[in-house]
Amino acid sequence: MLNVVDLTKSFTAPEGGRVEIVRVPRFELAAGEQRALRGESGSGKTTFLHLIAGILAADGGRAEIDGVDMANLPEAKRDRLRADKLGYIFQTFNLLQGYTVLENVLLGMSFGPRGVDRAHAIEMLGRVGLAHRLGHFPRQLSTGQQQRVAVARALANRPKLVLADEPTGNLDRVSSKEALALIREVCRENGAALLLVSHDDGVLAQFEGMQDFSRLNEARKGVAL
Amino acid sequence: MTLPLIIYRSLRQHALSTLITAGSIALACGLLMTVWMVKTQAQAAFVSTSTAFDAVLGARGSKLQLVLNGIFHLEASPGNLAWADYESIRKHPAVKTAIPIAVGDNLRGYRIVGTIPELFTNVEYASGKKYALSGGGKIFSDASREAVAGSFAAERLGLKVGDTFNPFHGLAFDEKNQHAEIFTVTGILAPTNTPADKVVWIPIKGVQTMSGHDPKAATDVSAVLIQLRAATAGFMLDMMINKQGNRMTLAYPVGAIMTELFGKISWFDRVLALVAYLVALVAAGSVLASIYNSMSARQRDLAILRALGARRRMIFGAVVAEAACIGALGAAAGFGIYFALIAGVAEVIRAQTGVVLNVTAGHVVLWVCPLLMTALCALGGAVPAFKAYRTPVAETLAPVS
Repeated sequence: MLNVVDLTKSFTAPEGGRVEIVRVPRFELAAGEQRALRGESGSGKTTFLHLIAGILAADGGRAEIDGVDMANLPEAKRDRLRADKLGYIFQTFNLLQGYTVLENVLLGMSFGPRGVDRAHAIEMLGRVGLAHRLGHFPRQLSTGQQQRVAVARALANRPKLVLADEPTGNLDRVSSKEALALIREVCRENGAALLLVSHDDGVLAQFEGMQDFSRLNEARKGVAL
Repeated sequence: MTLPLIIYRSLRQHALSTLITAGSIALACGLLMTVWMVKTQAQAAFVSTSTAFDAVLGARGSKLQLVLNGIFHLEASPGNLAWADYESIRKHPAVKTAIPIAVGDNLRGYRIVGTIPELFTNVEYASGKKYALSGGGKIFSDASREAVAGSFAAERLGLKVGDTFNPFHGLAFDEKNQHAEIFTVTGILAPTNTPADKVVWIPIKGVQTMSGHDPKAATDVSAVLIQLRAATAGFMLDMMINKQGNRMTLAYPVGAIMTELFGKISWFDRVLALVAYLVALVAAGSVLASIYNSMSARQRDLAILRALGARRRMIFGAVVAEAACIGALGAAAGFGIYFALIAGVAEVIRAQTGVVLNVTAGHVVLWVCPLLMTALCALGGAVPAFKAYRTPVAETLAPVS
């Protein structure tokens, strides 16, 4: 499902010069597999997910999703591939505050391959326990409920690959456990692969397949190129 | 669903700035349409009003003054003609109808015009339309102390059949200048939407022999309104009276003189139009500024949409379409401003001149102006749209860890 080879990304440092953030020689994720990556803040794990999702353009290497190399596509095609194959759950949820819960999910679907399916969107929101909050705006929901909207939006398009970036970072321990269980369950039901990054040991402990991102990432941090 | 939803939600989220911006566009659009339509309608109305008569004969002087005085009951008469001059032109073989008028008095600011009953019985004030009385009564008899009031003057003065009044000397109302003669209203004219509506008509001898008027001018007329048997006769009379003579002036053709007047004051139209264009540009600029200023607040939403798979050109299109929507909303509201303004202007023109503008008339400017305004706003939206197009998704969404 996901095959990363020699993926690199560097940024211009404030004091000038380039600083390498990501250098991942090899990473693979099979279809339907669920994997967690441990990484501290500033380790480059979000950048790694952004590169896989095509939100950032890679400097080099490959990030093949279902056989298509995201890293070497022009921006418009990266947008298309992201909408077609990926679901992304952000740490801060990134819900559209001016849109209702249902509209948030419908908008996510509208860019995907199947287009808007109102019944499926409502079904997904029902699945995460928000059938009675369709017309609410995100600000009217609790943090846990907002997280569930983000999960429903990421999974409504039936993506092949779900990327979750600290998805429970803003939740308390109980809500965190529930949210994680929900993400994993829905991914399993949809046959989607899940790549989750976190620095929370409680979250990571629930994954059989857990890797340390610092071992995966060979970028020489803080060293100007 | 996607694009309309994004536009709708964005407009809702920025409702106040949307309303203020749309309001300024409405003002610009309404002003532009009003300036254009008042100019077009006024010219058409003044030219068509002057089609009842082909020419106006008067004392030596300005042709425009003769037309304004004789047809539109504005301005003072440039001087008098002898009754013999009237008789002479009336009997000319090229002249079909000659109606003498005499002015110099008013009834509380509304002009009193002396004429002969044939004006009401023989003349069509517009093609196929003759003067008629509303609610009974009769046209005044020659040499009587009777009066027929135009509809607008009767309404404003509260005149009805059987009422009596004393005329006031001069064209401007001064209550100290009341004449002793008492006239009785014998009829109210049905509305004609011409300057005749704002006149109180009396027999010409009534004006000529009014107490206080110069007895030596007791048979003089202010002007003669002329219908010709053939259009070519006008050039012959023009040659005879204007070029070979030096005592009288023939204002011919009346329509051309009015068109010339509008040509002379066209600079005023251009100034008004320039002001309206500037307002339109400012309005389009306000769309640009309004959306551009809100871009910082929108960037996160735009980045989220991009992260969900929205393409750059779609984001660009959404912002341009939003600007066009604000323009279209403003243009639609502009019609309200247009109708209010043109109704007000038409009422002022009617009160001052008796000429009625057709405020419901259609014109190409009524759809071209809103469309251009919308397009201008869309163009203004292209600048913030480009900024939206360039929104860096990753940097905007979250701090990199």
